[in-house]
Amino acid sequence: MDKEKKGWKRHGVQALWALLTNSYLAGFARGKIYQGKLKNLCVPGLNCYSCPGALGACPIGAVQAVIGSWNFKLAFYAAGFLMFVGALAGRFVCGWLCPFGLIQDLLHKIPFPEKIGTFRGDRLLRKLKYVILIVFVILLPMFLVDVLGQGAPYFCKLICPAGTLEGGIPLVLLNESMRSALGWLYAWKNVLLLITIVLSVMIYRPFCKYICPLGAVYSVFNPISVFRYRVDEKKCTGCGICAKVCGMQVDPAENANHPECIRCGACKKSCPVKAIH
Amino acid sequence: MSRCMGTRFRRLPGLILAVLGLVIMGFGIYRGEMAVVLEKAVNICMECVGIG
Ligand code: SF4
Ligand code: SF4
Repeated sequence: MDKEKKGWKRHGVQALWALLTNSYLAGFARGKIYQGKLKNLCVPGLNCYSCPGALGACPIGAVQAVIGSWNFKLAFYAAGFLMFVGALAGRFVCGWLCPFGLIQDLLHKIPFPEKIGTFRGDRLLRKLKYVILIVFVILLPMFLVDVLGQGAPYFCKLICPAGTLEGGIPLVLLNESMRSALGWLYAWKNVLLLITIVLSVMIYRPFCKYICPLGAVYSVFNPISVFRYRVDEKKCTGCGICAKVCGMQVDPAENANHPECIRCGACKKSCPVKAIH
Repeated sequence: MSRCMGTRFRRLPGLILAVLGLVIMGFGIYRGEMAVVLEKAVNICMECVGIG
């Protein structure tokens, strides 16, 4: 019961952050997006800048925008931001500050007869997010360009279900003119969103585990980030409870700073001898 | 004491990279990349929405 309560405390922080960074309520009322100066700044989590409430810029969108622009090609601003956040906090952002992480967390609370923990090919599939980062976020916007030398944000365009959910659906519902422009791409992105939603009920955070390029970036920093976990070997009895409660299938006793750990703290709370700090 | 030192050293690579991240970010801002980000973020992104 106490553990349950603490789990909801994390969801409270996630929700508060999501509300704070998406608090342009007029956007939802008018079917428009915020156009002020704050949009210069990136937010740490995956948060579509075309969400009517969004006050900041999605860092993955920002990387693609600069790489795909005809005059820049290398995205120092957004990459430096990701390095700064990643080096300080690693995937703590995923566990606490990403609205799309929260959505998946909540979806996974919906009861389902056979929740899937791990399966054959799970480990290999986790590498897919790195391929998506390199191909769709970096290479395609850089090299697949139009006559002006501009590349589209291919991850946003072809994959991102957060964009569909946070930007696409509300804006299309609120704008008549947009509804008349819908085509196969919108349908495709909605199919991907639907698959993500259904899978999130069955599997804990499937998008984070297999697809998210932002999670891929932060995961690289996890082993060296300033905020990190430590297991007190003198206290640890090797009972394995921490590994059992981990939704990301990490064994903290073996590697407390594994690239897949989102610092949700479930292991820390469940440890009977308080060996995880 | 030694654990304290150990913790500090474990945190050093993260701190160095965080500072490096700030420097890289600053260079990007100096080059004018923020304007591209702002331009993209204040206009409805048709690709994100699933139209363009
Ligand atoms: S992996 Fe991506 S979507 Fe998941 S919490 Fe991290 S940034 Fe958000
Ligand atoms: S290792 Fe612990 S903090 Fe990391 S994801 Fe698993 S339960 Fe959460």
